[in-house]
Amino acid sequence: MADQPKGCARVTGAVLGEPATPDAVATPDEQPVKEKKMTATVGKKAPDFNAPAYYNGSFTNVQLSDHFGKWILLCFYPGDFTFV
Amino acid sequence: MSAVADKYQELKDLGCEVFSVSVDSHFVHKMWNDHELVKMVDGGVPFHMLSDQAGNIGRAYGIYDETQGIELRGRFIIDPDGVIQAMELLTPPVGRKIAETIRQVQAFQVVRASGGAEATPAGWMPGDPVLRPGPHLVGNVWKEWKPNE
Repeated sequence: MADQPKGCARVTGAVLGEPATPDAVATPDEQPVKEKKMTATVGKKAPDFNAPAYYNGSFTNVQLSDHFGKWILLCFYPGDFTFV
Repeated sequence: MSAVADKYQELKDLGCEVFSVSVDSHFVHKMWNDHELVKMVDGGVPFHMLSDQAGNIGRAYGIYDETQGIELRGRFIIDPDGVIQAMELLTPPVGRKIAETIRQVQAFQVVRASGGAEATPAGWMPGDPVLRPGPHLVGNVWKEWKPNE
């Protein structure tokens, strides 16, 4: 697990295996590269990602693929301190 | 999330790891856990609470709402090969039923343990009979399984 950046850097989750700036590599004489977008679907590999996390009193990082080999339940929700 | 936290041990006993994700920072996750969730679940949230402030993960999973800037209630069951076996998506006002998630994990584990030879019919619960799809079963499911039993 990587250390958290110190200070006030704003960290966020990032999908792995996708270029950070897809347009940056395109040049005029190249055919536009069809954007390869990872979208989760049943029966297909789960998009891998890395994200900062809070766990058991500390801050850490989670990479999804580090946990392949086990069953995983991934739950998204609208926001902390919401009501449902 | 407290409902999932409450059933965490049951999921752990099934060999299932849990990760929650929202667009809140991990700092806010700490505050939410320490100030509210700990009052709902003994010891607080027992799993990693992930932060996806830019919505990158949510977009990859197709559950990011661009208009509201939030992640919808998407729930994914991922098998040990990293393959998504189940997904559920709810709008924010309705919460999940974790018992159904646990039932689905158990059903997928039965199917996996059989190497795909077995299938679980609608409403299957652990201990119920399973189906073994093959030529003999075509047109004969009624002999082995009925929806009202």
